[in-house]
Amino acid sequence: MLWRLALSSMRSRGLTVVLTALAIALSVALVLGVEKLRLGAKISFADTISDTDLIMGARTGGVQLLLYAVFRIGAVPNTISWDSYQQIAARPDVNWIVPISLGDSHRQFRVMGTTPAFFDRYKYRSGRDLTLRDGAVMSDLFEAVIGADVAETLGYQIGDPIVVAHGVASFVQHEDTPFRITGILDKTGTPVDRTVIVGLEAIEAIHVDWQDGAQRPGTPTPPETLRQMELQPKAITAALIGVQSRLQIFTLQRAINEYPSEPLMAIIPGVALQELWGIIGIAETALLAVSVIVVVTALLGMAAMMLAGLSARRREMAILRALGAGPGTIMGLLLAEALFIAAIGAVLGIGLLYAGLVVAQPWLDVAYGIFVPISGLTPRDLLTVLAVLVAAALVCLIPAWRAFRISLADGMSVRN
Amino acid sequence: MAPPVTIRDLRFDWPGGRFGLDVPAFDLPSGAKMMLTGASGAGKSTLLALICGIVQPQAGRVDVAGQPMSGLPPRARDRLRADQIGIIFQQFNLLPYATALDNICLPLRFSPRRRAQVSNPRDDALSLTQALGLPDDLVLRAKSTDLSVGQQQRVAVARALLGAPPLIVADEPTSALDVDAQAEFLDLLFAQVTQMGASLLMVSHDPALAPRFDIVQPLAKIAMPRRGAA
Ligand SMILES: Nc1ncnc2c1ncn2[C@@H]1O[C@H](COP(=O)(O)OP(=O)(O)OP(=O)(O)O)[C@@H](O)[C@H]1O
Ligand SMILES: [Mg+2]
Repeated sequence: MLWRLALSSMRSRGLTVVLTALAIALSVALVLGVEKLRLGAKISFADTISDTDLIMGARTGGVQLLLYAVFRIGAVPNTISWDSYQQIAARPDVNWIVPISLGDSHRQFRVMGTTPAFFDRYKYRSGRDLTLRDGAVMSDLFEAVIGADVAETLGYQIGDPIVVAHGVASFVQHEDTPFRITGILDKTGTPVDRTVIVGLEAIEAIHVDWQDGAQRPGTPTPPETLRQMELQPKAITAALIGVQSRLQIFTLQRAINEYPSEPLMAIIPGVALQELWGIIGIAETALLAVSVIVVVTALLGMAAMMLAGLSARRREMAILRALGAGPGTIMGLLLAEALFIAAIGAVLGIGLLYAGLVVAQPWLDVAYGIFVPISGLTPRDLLTVLAVLVAAALVCLIPAWRAFRISLADGMSVRN
Repeated sequence: MAPPVTIRDLRFDWPGGRFGLDVPAFDLPSGAKMMLTGASGAGKSTLLALICGIVQPQAGRVDVAGQPMSGLPPRARDRLRADQIGIIFQQFNLLPYATALDNICLPLRFSPRRRAQVSNPRDDALSLTQALGLPDDLVLRAKSTDLSVGQQQRVAVARALLGAPPLIVADEPTSALDVDAQAEFLDLLFAQVTQMGASLLMVSHDPALAPRFDIVQPLAKIAMPRRGAA
């Protein structure tokens, strides 16, 4: 009966209660949503590159190698000589190897020289292949395949010419050797989207007339001549490697790290990605902190609502006291009310979360390459909800305690 | 049977110390209807709060139905009040969001003893309200706020009487009513109290009501107020 009355009491304050529950619902949805997004981002991030066992580069930091070889961020500190590359490639434990040559750019996008094998070997999101939205993989020396973001940002179509700039963020252009776009890749949510891919020889070809970062004076070598030339690169930037058997990963890694004639290193992508995530994870913590603050705000709002309501409910409390309710009962009623509102808010919030996920999932995938799986609540989520309820009870100890004091101090008649 | 109320050597101060009350001795005889009179601010409501165990004296004792209201732990005090005393306020007796019936049955929730006295709360409540002249429809369905002040007071009487507590305490229950309604209200209240064999302790300013009571007790005769910085 007391519960029924408590419910009617809440119903009589319906609008306030509903708004309070709604605030809590939004905050709960936000916290859980941020958590789901964080997990999705983490998984998508860890899946930036998959099925590649090792990434080889000149000796530097593991994260740095990952950054330039996979994310194409930052400067390339050093190269791998073609000789070393071929020696490694010839090892029996190497199943496949794809060379990568970086250093040039087109507008804000990096240009990557590689072999056609790249399109077979590069996988993301647990083994997905790169697919062409349009056109075909390059077959001529001066052909290029571009990522989805490159095409979208610059409005490129199949057949459009593009000019590669020497270096990164440079105005010196390889104008005499323009490329033609033959293929546009589907969106992947990986750095491939922001890459212009050309043949490994093409990188060599556009540098034939260059020396020490400057164009050699005189007439440039015409493309026809270039096509006839032996364009074997002298060096590459990095290589993706697949081993024969997973057991050989560490042996091969050690062999590369201890390669005698040149300082090289090899990293396991998953490990390096995790390390990198650890660094950018600070942002994730900040996001979480903000959503926690939103929850606290909503709960404080509820406490304030109850506190403000107390003076109007003094009569109610005095009546209950006179009928035999102890101050503890009155305090308990207020706490129960707080918990009830918080619980309604939490349930609403979970509903909001899933509604939001259903709506936002495809969009997040397309726009940001973050795949947020719509899965049940994790134990951690449930713990979060529980924490919200406990926090609600704690915060509402303030009005409840005040009600306790009032019901003791008021005596028989309500005084104002 | 133990007298419904006895007070001995009571000393009480409100927190803040601006008003206090000394009651050397006070007895309400069993079955008596007593009218407590006194000027506004004399401490009548304070005395009722002490008897009902809603506030605690600093010294002395208050016994209700032979049990030491002032000596019990808080929980037991609340229970004693729920069991033994039906309380009627001056006005605003009812929870506004509940029906009259819910209001009437609420004390049973706090007092198993009173709950045991009624066979069927709803029927007992309705027979009380019928005796008090309230239409069933009003009791069952109307929100308390839709009742007139006189009707609300009668619902409060029904609530105080349900489960037959031996003591009814009323703090100026008629002062919000006009003269005709006052007389009618008192007739009904007295009839019910008499029928149940309860004792009645009622505060009133109105000397015209005095002849109806067995005892008229001016507060000044039994209590010494203390005012100012104590
Ligand atoms: N809850 C309270 N806290 C502190 N002081 C109180 C409280 N209730 C009453 N008092 C003080 O006790 C004194 C007596 O008040 P009380 O309500 O007992 O008078 P009363 O005789 O019932 O007056 P009235 O006829 O106006 O109802 C007043 O001075 C009042 O300030
Ligand atoms: Mg009074």
